[in-house]
Amino acid sequence: MGNEFKESITKAVNNANLTGALGKFSEAYKVNRAKAYEGIDFEELRGRIAELKSYAASHLDELSEQFASKAESSGAKVFRTNDPAKVREYILKVAQDNNVKTVVKSKSMATEEIHLNPYLEKAGIEVGETDLGEWIIQLAGQTPSHMVMPAIHMTKEEVSDLFSKEVNERLTSDIPRLVKVAREQLRPAFLAADMGISGGNIAVAETGSIVLMTNEGNARLVTSLPKIHIALVGIEKLIEKYADVATILKALPRSATAQLLTSYVSIITGPTPNPDGSMKGLHIILMDNRRSEMAADPKFKQALQCIRCASCLNVCPIFRLVGGHVFGKVYTGGIGTILTAWFDELKKSEDIQGLCIQCGACKDVCPGKIDIPDLIMEIRRRLVLEQGVPLLQKTIYAVVNNRKLFHGMLRAASVAGKPFTSGKFIRHLPLFLADLTDGRSLPAIAAEPFRDRFKKIIQPKLKERVAFYAGCLIDFAYPEMGESLVRILNKAGYEVLFPEDQTCCGAPARYNGAYEVAANNAVDNIKALLSVDATYVISACPTCTVALAHEFISTFESLGQTEWMSEARELANKTIDFSTLVKKLVDEGRLTMKEGQKLGKITYHDSCHLKRTLKVTEQPRELLQRAGYELAEMFECDTCCGMGGSYSLKLPEISAPILQRKLKNIKDTGASTVAMDCPGCVMQIRGGMDQDGTLIKVRHTVELLAEQLIISSQ
Amino acid sequence: MYEQFKIRAEGVSAEVYHYATKEAALDFLIGFLQGEGLADTPQACALWAECSFLDNLDRNVLKRVPGLKFVVTRELAAEARFGISQMDWALADTGSLAQNSSAIEQRLVSSLSSIHIAIVPTNGILPDMPALLSRVHPGDCAYLAIITGPSRTADIERVLTIGVHGPERLVIVFVDELGGTI
Ligand code: SF4
Ligand code: SF4
Repeated sequence: MGNEFKESITKAVNNANLTGALGKFSEAYKVNRAKAYEGIDFEELRGRIAELKSYAASHLDELSEQFASKAESSGAKVFRTNDPAKVREYILKVAQDNNVKTVVKSKSMATEEIHLNPYLEKAGIEVGETDLGEWIIQLAGQTPSHMVMPAIHMTKEEVSDLFSKEVNERLTSDIPRLVKVAREQLRPAFLAADMGISGGNIAVAETGSIVLMTNEGNARLVTSLPKIHIALVGIEKLIEKYADVATILKALPRSATAQLLTSYVSIITGPTPNPDGSMKGLHIILMDNRRSEMAADPKFKQALQCIRCASCLNVCPIFRLVGGHVFGKVYTGGIGTILTAWFDELKKSEDIQGLCIQCGACKDVCPGKIDIPDLIMEIRRRLVLEQGVPLLQKTIYAVVNNRKLFHGMLRAASVAGKPFTSGKFIRHLPLFLADLTDGRSLPAIAAEPFRDRFKKIIQPKLKERVAFYAGCLIDFAYPEMGESLVRILNKAGYEVLFPEDQTCCGAPARYNGAYEVAANNAVDNIKALLSVDATYVISACPTCTVALAHEFISTFESLGQTEWMSEARELANKTIDFSTLVKKLVDEGRLTMKEGQKLGKITYHDSCHLKRTLKVTEQPRELLQRAGYELAEMFECDTCCGMGGSYSLKLPEISAPILQRKLKNIKDTGASTVAMDCPGCVMQIRGGMDQDGTLIKVRHTVELLAEQLIISSQ
Repeated sequence: MYEQFKIRAEGVSAEVYHYATKEAALDFLIGFLQGEGLADTPQACALWAECSFLDNLDRNVLKRVPGLKFVVTRELAAEARFGISQMDWALADTGSLAQNSSAIEQRLVSSLSSIHIAIVPTNGILPDMPALLSRVHPGDCAYLAIITGPSRTADIERVLTIGVHGPERLVIVFVDELGGTI
């Protein structure tokens, strides 16, 4: 990551206005969004949107053709091009042919994408943004920091300073008054403008209509007052059927601003008369700019299902800390990273793709049903393909791909780490052998890894067997979690096997785009885990579980490798996470916990992969409550803790405030213990509590349950 | 559906009234306008766009109300404080109004004024957007306008503020005599 980029992050996270505004907004957003969707089957709705948008993405040419012929037959002029330069030239030509001096614009990301304003201004045409937020940032000479709320980073005081200069009068920071000033200032601009430029939220092929949505009413003025209207529409806005407009209108306002409907929706089909009786000059530009290429890419075609609601930004724990400017000048947030990689260039996404911690929060709310984190991973993979792996990482991966050497080094680290040990924590841990940075307490490498301790466990002779996949963290940092797991499963009548040749699950390599390395890890693990006869392969690390259950397969798919695919599927079918299996065993009566225990208040942290990929949320909660804990839910229980594997090492400036927020939410519950199902989260949160000096116990569910079973067996 | 519409529309700061007869509605309208300071001066006058509500009404009587005008021009619309138009439909599930706004006059009075008064035939209430779209085909409607509450923004510090570029008040008057009852 470049220094400049790092600096922009530091600047952003230290900008109290920005983080304050975004933080408050994201909290309110979640509540309001849920309210707006009350009584609506979101999954069904987004299923329909994904389907109709995906259909459109596979028929871009046809739909563009159909749109153009329909719109033209209703009297509009349609210009189709792949090239942003041609778009700019076309608009300028229309302007010059009609002697246009001033232009009013309603908000359009597509015009930002092609940097239209400076182009027109250089040709001597005055361009005025009319969306309040856009106008503010235009006056401030900045770029939008959010797709829907471009000026969210500015305070009312800053806005009043800007407006005061504009009207030559000292204004207070009274918001309704500032809004009035904007109305008064922009009204003459609307009335005087020779041309209006808008984007388009939807373009309907069947009818040649464009749909425009604004809350302020500026698009109505932009499309009504000037004699010429140019709508610049990216072809991803095309849909086939007019009736489907209703489907998108049902989701877009709810997801974007938690409104049932945007204040003004205009569906324009062909020109309408101007006040003087002449007909409006209506030009619709269908811009491709790599969208067709995107549609032809089996992986990225999905991104065209985006309806630009920005909810992926609103729920992103990273975005709410750094805001939009860190991402660049046009598209921001998770989807913005993907759009930048395509509409700008892959290389431009090099730094920003690293901002994604892969928590999956965006994927859950996306009305276009886009797997945003997966696409960001694909960008990472392609960057690595294009640029290769940096030397340091290459060395690291050579080690990770050689299990004996890797484990040997981890053992060595347990000795080397000794001098730095303070209690259970050391400062530097080459656990993922990622870039070493200091900054937080990390666990010491266990003196004796689980694989050694396992040999000393005496298990009863049992008929049924499960294979335990420990993962690096439990194996080398938290072997006691593995021991607890063995005790619990023994109680339920399972003998636990530990196939020795298991190695790193490949997630660290995969999350860094090194898919070849991840694939080698996958093959090693498949061989090891399928070599024993067991009913289940159980893991107590959700990241590892996801690797075994999903990512081995998708890694092979991405690389086009088929050799181990059927085994990968076999392994996936056998893989189960700790809480799901134990809940099942309790339900089947194979495990019982002591009745009537009063263990006090506990709070539960949902790990990203467990909740959003494996969809496990209730099982651990029910188990802990059954064991005798009283559950006190924390605020934002399912928001990422900021760990994200090596993320916390690479971007500590972002990871640290996310962790602090998590710690606060935990403390606010008054619980004396916080439980979670992921050793990575334990490492992050325990490290945070340790530095903080707070005496809240941070435990994996497996340890807490094992304690209760031991008691009940006595 | 009227009740649902009313709740939803009021939820987005619109004001909703209902009258059985045109006469009662007109009384309300004139009273409302005068109460809000209707006068024959810029920023105080009202512009009434052509609509079926006006059919069979004696315009000469109406024209005598100072400040009330029936010729819609750009210049007058830019000066008017009130805009009166008839909207064709109402959507119960979102509290929205819809109109075939292909005629520019309809848009001028509803987009430039500070207070937009929308007259709606009671039988124009539809359940939702799909019902509207199935009735209005773009082939017969070059500009379909759907309006939900007054103009709003949250662009400064996310504080909801009413009345940016469009009207700051939306007053909706249902009239049974134009068709339908509740
Ligand atoms: S990716 Fe999904 S959530 Fe993000 S803007 Fe697009 S539709 Fe909305
Ligand atoms: S996965 Fe998480 S961090 Fe990545 S873009 Fe989505 S919400 Fe943001």
